[in-house]
This record gives sequence, structure tokens and C-alpha cells, in this order.
Amino acid sequence: MSFLTYLKDGISLGSVYAIIALGYTMVYGIAKMLNFAHGDVIMVGAYVVLMLLTKAGVPGILAIIIAMAVCTLLGITIEKVAYRPLRKASSPLAVLITAIGVSYLLQNVALLIFGADGKTFVDVIKIPSLSLGGGKLIISGTTIVTILASIVIMICLTMFVNKTKQGHAMQAVSEDKDAAQLMGVNVNGTISLTFAIGSALAAVAGVLLCSAYPIVTPYTGAMPGIKAFVAAVFGGIGSIPGAMIGGILLGVIEILSKAYISSQVSDAIVFAVLIIVLLVKPTGLFGKNIQEKV
Amino acid sequence: MNEKQNNHEIIRRMRRKSLRNSLLNYGIVIVVFAIMQTMIATGHISSLLKGLLVPLCVYVIAALSLNLVVGISGELSLGHAGFMCIGAYTSAFFSNVVGDSMPDLPRFILAILVGAVFAGIFGILIGIPVLRLKGDYLAIVTLAFGEIIKNLLNVLYVGVDSHGLHFSTTSAMDLNMEPTGRQIVKGALGISGTPKNSTFTIGVVLIIITLIVVQNLVNSRSGRAIMSTRDNRIAAESIGIPVTKYKLLAFSVSASLAGVAGVLYAHNLATLNTKKFDYNTSILILVFVVLGGIGNMTGSMIAAVILTALPEMLRFLNNYRMLIYAIVLIVIMLFNWAPASLDFRSRMRERLWKKHGSDAEGGR
Repeated sequence: MSFLTYLKDGISLGSVYAIIALGYTMVYGIAKMLNFAHGDVIMVGAYVVLMLLTKAGVPGILAIIIAMAVCTLLGITIEKVAYRPLRKASSPLAVLITAIGVSYLLQNVALLIFGADGKTFVDVIKIPSLSLGGGKLIISGTTIVTILASIVIMICLTMFVNKTKQGHAMQAVSEDKDAAQLMGVNVNGTISLTFAIGSALAAVAGVLLCSAYPIVTPYTGAMPGIKAFVAAVFGGIGSIPGAMIGGILLGVIEILSKAYISSQVSDAIVFAVLIIVLLVKPTGLFGKNIQEKV
Repeated sequence: MNEKQNNHEIIRRMRRKSLRNSLLNYGIVIVVFAIMQTMIATGHISSLLKGLLVPLCVYVIAALSLNLVVGISGELSLGHAGFMCIGAYTSAFFSNVVGDSMPDLPRFILAILVGAVFAGIFGILIGIPVLRLKGDYLAIVTLAFGEIIKNLLNVLYVGVDSHGLHFSTTSAMDLNMEPTGRQIVKGALGISGTPKNSTFTIGVVLIIITLIVVQNLVNSRSGRAIMSTRDNRIAAESIGIPVTKYKLLAFSVSASLAGVAGVLYAHNLATLNTKKFDYNTSILILVFVVLGGIGNMTGSMIAAVILTALPEMLRFLNNYRMLIYAIVLIVIMLFNWAPASLDFRSRMRERLWKKHGSDAEGGR
């Protein structure tokens, strides 16, 4: 395997991280909370698609759309039931712990329904692979779709946030909830919308992740979720291009260190890079510097 | 003059209150210990609960130590399992190397010191860069450090022979030891054959020592300085409190206590590996602290005991037990923290008081 092949794998994995990180960063930007359950929504999305394909025989695209709808609903419900009552709690830790509780809940529901052993994921994306340089570099259909999907999603999100009324409302709420409320922005609705978008993205990420690594377990989403959060922090949390670039860099670093250094310490290297970036630039690559006032 | 006297009075009252709280904590631990000991002596204890006693002590110590960082210093750390891991590994390594050349108790005491010192050193090393960050950034970096520690220990091989120690990060073969040499740390397999020195009594003694360290720190000049940096960093800085120094003090003391918890954990099991020390354990300890009340030591202890015992007590529910655990966690958080629920509770309390006709206005 050549360097280019590793690079391609890295970009592909990184694109999945980027999609998850986009959801993470939007939710964080608006709700100012670490949504630990985000990774588990990915897992739910993957299981829904798997069940639809194997048990119901639904065509691939439709299955993905249904999974997105299910995850959207799930995201909105989680926000409404578990996070909204705690939005004005005296400590930000309260909602963090609740998110952990939701994460345990999703994992254990999946454990009850599907069991602990991994289920093999089926091929959803049936696109022939691309062969470059006389067969030296083979890019699989999954990789192409993953990379394209992440780029399209990023562009759409940027347009949405910057050009539409709802997007402006989102920016306003993430800036200052009370002021936005006074200006007539529907704060609850906007936060729900953000969770909906984030969760729909998580469903897409779930399908792409499990197409590349075709085993689904109830814990599939946990580590990618953490890593995507790392990617979001890496790029500067709250920034859409930051999440994208952070995700791709993270994926590339992970795959390259797996290939050239050691597969056992690749996670350690990823985290070490994060620490170094944060120490040099405490708000991430694209993060805004917030001046603390007295 | 009058105001000054008044201030003295307030401070004296505060001191008395904190002293009372501290004594209450020691009291609780000793009473629970006495009850448990009688139950063990009279045989009124299930083997399940008996096996839980040392892990309970481990988690109580870990929760107390994390509360020092989260509650007193006001920083969110998600890497405490990493410090436990350092304490566990260094002490298990020490006990294995020393082996039978020393009697059990002194060796274990030394092992505890070794674990505490190494975890404390790592606390300082990690704290210096990390404590420059704030809030969730700090949380994610501590989580990252915890995972790094775990990952690196997973590839560490250490052996000992007559030439001394041999280290390798690739495989046991690369240690280049004499045939008589002994492998101690075996990569992902961890350390096996650690003497089982941890007992409930030692665990309780360690809890009391932890309480002494934490409570004396909190009620000292340094403790008040630490809390001032938590409540208002800029104000603390402007009256000349070296913020970084005090945050580092709290962080490293906490790391070292987490190391003690790790030592206790390591000497309770025949085999030690890094699996138990991932971010999920760090999160679990944080759950104890938040559920028990941030900054409240009694609460941390009680939450640690209940939440460690709960999954075991729910064993009869089989597959449903972790589900129930998750739901209980969410419901308790909503009940304890949601402003709407707090309002409701205070209104109910007022109504109850009015019914009894007691001093509704005088009560808090």
C-alpha cells in the first residue's frame, strides 16, 4: 500500500468525522453543551438502515432517508425531554451528565433489541470503484460518496446558516439567547431545529461509517463520537469550516499513524496532536477569540 | 470596629460549620465501617456485597478526589481514570518487583505511596499545560490525556532480571532479558500476579486519609484561595492570588488521591489491565460527583456507594439493569437540577410547612 492509498483512506475516514463534527459543533454552538449522546445517534441511524435493508427490503436511498427522519425525531425528542428542562440549571455540568445518561440509555436499548455481538453491515452504496494511475490507486464507491457527501453537506450548511432566515436565527441564538428572544426569535424552535439537523447528519454519518467499517454494535458510535468532538474542538468549536477541516485532518493523522507508526498508539497520537494544537491556539484552528470581561 | 467584629463572627461561624461537616463525614465513614464489620462478623452479608466492599472504597476515594477539582477548583476533568491508571500500574509494578522480600503490610504502604507520588507527578506534568485552558476545552484535553496514558500503557513491556529493568514498546521478545528474567508489564495483557493486599479495613483507612487531606485543604488558606479562583478568576488575580499555582495544587493533590484509588483497585485483582481505565470510568466518577452535589463531600461518598452498588443490586433484572440505571440517572438529574423541578419542590415544601403551621417565613 502506498502513501496515496493511506491518504485516501484518511480523507475518507476524516470526511465521516467531519460530518459528525458538523452536527456536534452546531449543537455545541447553540446549546453550549457537550452532547455525549450524539455518537449514539449515529449508531441508531446505522441500525435503522441495516434493519430496513435486511428485514424490510427497502431500497438503499429510501432507507437512508427514513433513518434520517428517525434520527431527527430522536434528536428533537432527546432535546425536548432531557436537555431543555436543564437549560437554565445552575451548573452546566447538569446537562452534561444527563447527556451521558441519554447515551447509556440509547446504548442499552440497542443492546436489548439487537444484542451485544456485531451485525455485519450490508452494502448500501453500490457505485463502481474508480481506478487511477493504471490500478495503482483504487478509490471505492463508498469513499467517493463519503467525500462528496461531506463536501455537499458543508456547503449546504454554510449557505443555510448564512443565507436563510432560520440560519440567522441560529446565529442569533448562539450569540445571545435572551437578546434573540427579545428580537422575536423563537429560541426553542431554533434549538430544536439545530438538534434536528445535527441528528439527521448523524444518521448519514452512521451509514457512511458502517459502509467503510461494516460492523455495527451498540457501541459503534461512542468512540467516533468522541473523536468527532475532538475534531470539532481541533477546528475551533462553533465553526463549520473548522469542523470540516478538523475532521479531515484527524482522519488523515489517524490513518497515517496507524500505517507508519503503530496501530495501537494511533489514538494516542491523535489526542496528542489535539493537545498541541490547543496549547498553541487555545480556541482551535478557526475558533473565535473571546475576550473575558470583568 | 463593629463591622470588623461582625466579620470575625461570620468567619467563626463558617469555620464551625465546616468543622461540623468534616466531623460528620468522618462519623459517617466510621459508623458505616462498624456496621459492615459487624455484619461480616455475624455472617449477615452476601458474598456479592462482600466482593463489592473494596471497589466501593475505590470509587469513594476517586469521587472525593475528583470533587476537589470539579467542586472546589471549578474545573471539569474527564481524565481522572488516567491518574487512577498511573497509580494502579506503578504500585502493582512496585509490589511485583519487591515481591516477597518484604512483609505484606509495609510493602503495601510503600506501594500506596509509590502510586500516590507517581500520579501526583503526572498531575503536575499534565496540569501545567492543561490548566491554561478553560471549560469544555479543558475537559476534552483531560479526556485526551487519559486516553493517551491508557494507550501508551497498552504497548508497554517491562521485564526485570539481574541486570535491572528492561523496557520495550513493541513486544515481550524485544526485552532482551536473561532466561531467568521476569516479565512484569505485558503490554495489553497488563500486570498479573499482584498480591491481593487490599482489604475493606485498609480501604476505609484510605478513605479517612483522603477526607483528611481534602477537607483540611478546603478549609485552609490555600483552599479559600482555590475557591476564590473558582468563583471569580479575575477578581482573585487582581488581589494577588497566583491562580495557576493554586489550580495546579488542587489538580495535583486530586491526581495523587486518584492514584491512591488506583492502588487500592490494582491490589484487589489478580490481573490488571488498562481496559477499566478508559474515559467511561472518568465519566462515571464525574457522575458520582455531580449527582452527590458539586463540592459536597458527603454527597460524593453517598453517590459513589449507591451508584456502584445499584447495578449489582439490579442484577436480578438481567439485561434491563443498565437500562434502568440510565433512566434513573436521567430522572435524578432532572429532578435535582431542572429549575422547574426545583421550583415545584420548594413550593411543595412551603405548602407542607404552612399546613403544619410552623414558621413558614422563619424557615429557610
